[in-house]
Amino acid sequence: MTQKFDFSVNGKPVSVSLDNEETPLLNVLRNELGLMGTRFGCGLEQCGCCMVLIDGQPEKCCAKPVWSVAGKNITTIEGLGTSERPHPLQQAFIDEQAGQCGYCLSGIIITAKALLDKNPSPTRAQIAAALDDNICRCGTHNRIMRAVEKAAAQMRAGARA
Amino acid sequence: MNAPLPGPLADNPSLDRWVSFPSPGKISIGTGRVELGQGVLTAMAQIAADELDVAMARITMRSGDTERTPNEGYTAGSQSIQFGGVAMRQACADVRALFLEQAAKIIGCAAAELSIRDGRILRKNAPTGQDYWTLASAVNLAVKATGSGARKPAADFETIGQSSERLDLPDKIFGKAVFIHDMQLPGMVHARVVRQPNRGATIGAIDEQAIKRAAKGRIDFVRHGNFLAIVGNDETAVDLAGAAAVNAVTWQNVEAPTALQAEASWLLQRPWIDRVFGAPDTGEPQGRQRFEATYSRGYLAHASISPSCGLAEYRDSHLTVWTHCQGVFPLRAALAKALGLDASAIIVHHVQGSGCYGHNGADDAAADAAIIAMQMPGKPIRVRWRREEEFVYEPKTPSMVVKVHALLDDAGKPTDWTQEIWSATHNKRPGAGGVLLGAVALPTPMPEPPPNDVPEANGGGATRNGEPLYDIAAKRILHHLVTDTPVRTSALRSLGAMPNVFALECCIDELAERAGQDPVQYRLSITADKRARAVIEKVAAMARWNPKEPGGAGHGRGIAFARYKNRAAYSAVVVELDVDEEIRLAHVWCATDAGLVVNPDGAINQLEGGIIQSASWVLKEQVRFDSGVSSIDWETYPVLKFSEVPEIDIELINTKDEVPLGVGEVTAGPTAAAIGNAVSHALGTRIRDLPLTRDRIMATLLKA
Repeated sequence: MTQKFDFSVNGKPVSVSLDNEETPLLNVLRNELGLMGTRFGCGLEQCGCCMVLIDGQPEKCCAKPVWSVAGKNITTIEGLGTSERPHPLQQAFIDEQAGQCGYCLSGIIITAKALLDKNPSPTRAQIAAALDDNICRCGTHNRIMRAVEKAAAQMRAGARA
Repeated sequence: MNAPLPGPLADNPSLDRWVSFPSPGKISIGTGRVELGQGVLTAMAQIAADELDVAMARITMRSGDTERTPNEGYTAGSQSIQFGGVAMRQACADVRALFLEQAAKIIGCAAAELSIRDGRILRKNAPTGQDYWTLASAVNLAVKATGSGARKPAADFETIGQSSERLDLPDKIFGKAVFIHDMQLPGMVHARVVRQPNRGATIGAIDEQAIKRAAKGRIDFVRHGNFLAIVGNDETAVDLAGAAAVNAVTWQNVEAPTALQAEASWLLQRPWIDRVFGAPDTGEPQGRQRFEATYSRGYLAHASISPSCGLAEYRDSHLTVWTHCQGVFPLRAALAKALGLDASAIIVHHVQGSGCYGHNGADDAAADAAIIAMQMPGKPIRVRWRREEEFVYEPKTPSMVVKVHALLDDAGKPTDWTQEIWSATHNKRPGAGGVLLGAVALPTPMPEPPPNDVPEANGGGATRNGEPLYDIAAKRILHHLVTDTPVRTSALRSLGAMPNVFALECCIDELAERAGQDPVQYRLSITADKRARAVIEKVAAMARWNPKEPGGAGHGRGIAFARYKNRAAYSAVVVELDVDEEIRLAHVWCATDAGLVVNPDGAINQLEGGIIQSASWVLKEQVRFDSGVSSIDWETYPVLKFSEVPEIDIELINTKDEVPLGVGEVTAGPTAAAIGNAVSHALGTRIRDLPLTRDRIMATLLKA
């Protein structure tokens, strides 16, 4: 039976019609809405590639049923910034060349944004603890953490987020 | 008379495969190398920019395409810059020379008066009104490279040697659809394979109703022999069905790996073929001290952050495949064999996947898509492996036992060295005769190759780095090639080098201790190789190595060195760590000589990535079996976390050398051994079996 699910993504209202109310939000973002920035890593809520903000809170969405996000505001990597107007985190990741394969970066940047929203001056240890929710297999950890520190400093200095 | 062409250029001499001018102001550069996350496309663009004298912004890269790029085999073995880069330099230099020749004809002067600046031809530094694009229609690039083009002198490099920003990174940071997993073709059908658990396993019963109920959406079955797949237009339905099918399909003739088989020691009782390399055994001279020590490492998984994905379409007797595998040309040949097609009827395009560290499930996912596509002509098929499927079915690096036998002189220095290695093959790539998994399930199963390993000429597999670089009068390798293992084994970053360097560099420390000598001094005393000495001395200085630093109090430092394959980059690593019940890495220093470095920041990124990955292998990783592979997700196969990664300092030396040396895999072995040596320093006793888990540490502490 087809149902309609209404929520918002990156500030825009969306309405999707699906037969299966358990359809993971990740699949809806990618396959229904064409937003490929949120990525599939495991489907088991273990690796963090699928991290999004749901009403501002970081959550993995690969196993999150779409019925549970009805009425909520979803923020994906596409909603943070663009090449014309990058989010300070995105600019910092480019400045620090914080990527090897780059597949984990969307989820990591979302986790980092959630951290900086809560704690604008995190220590290295606090950054690491927050990012323990995400896996990077290529070994880009230190660059990533330096990029988060750099973005935090820029944002404290007034860079527009 | 010209020097012989660099290998990849000799193999692909037609210049139009390397360089073309598709539109005004733009250049298209073709490379057979593919982006694995190592930055190779950016580096190749830098090389092309310098040799063609154009701004990098004018260049777009085409890579890994059977229709449009050179065939450079596999992007593997840390060879892309060392061999592919050298070929790219010469190809571009030849193209530049052809254009200068044409310009000289048109302008009516000697080519020697001409130079090029951002694509524009200058005569004695003044504009001529000619550029690559005004001349392109008159210059035929479908000609053979001659090697006569003059390469740019190092003193004139403008982009080579710069830390140019990664071309592909911004799109990834802004969440663009750049990965193979993001591809959407019109009319695309999603698929999940119900995997044959082992060769010879046959489908017993399929509970189609249970699978359809679980799908909560329309799905269909595709079956060909014992190859079974679930297909449908809704990925969620196909995903749910694929998960349900694991238990809803029964198999006969299943051979599940057992717990015991996961241990390296199991190899010692298996059948093997002996392979011997190096100096003949001298027998047992009198008056020599002997030394023996045995080291081991279990199976490792690639565990790339995303499982494999492949797409295919079969239309009008032609097969098109999209894949993130390392070698599109070898894959094409293997698909032709497996599917009974002519290679000329197959096109393979590389599209980036997540980090590739060797022979993972990518080739197989491509083959899965191809098999299904041939059963459903005209429909684009997308196969994405499940996370558990990747962990279970991707090839593993084989477990290894390495026993070092050394004879010592009166000063305690080795005069005779035997590295005795037990290991299955490190190469079951389809291009080396290995199978495509799906094709093993077909009515006529793809045959298993005879036991072999990577040839020594290509750096060896199990034997890689099994010969110490040190000045030892007689060195030999005795490889017991174990001919059969419960899981498929193939190439993972550095192949046999990590366990071989772990064993030999830990032995060097043991010998230094016996000789009462500091580990750094001992190493320097047995190598005259200037470049080896330079990285060892450099890293010792970086880490402020203190020969008198006492150990045994749970805090330790260790050093290790290797030259990858004894012919690529040189690297020395110092590790500082603390151990109580677990190991906590505090700091890692690394000095590497990679010769001419095209992109220093890119090289450092790779060196650091290799350090962290090797540390993860050593501290945490072992594929376990329990009636099948039981390391199936990130909880059962944990990897190093952000909070566990140490501070890392890396320096490149000798970067103005003429010749580039491959860096992608060089830190794997030295990092493992430096950790082993640091743990020994910290505990006062040595652990020789990897991984260095809490259980092993506790057992060692209790024994001591």
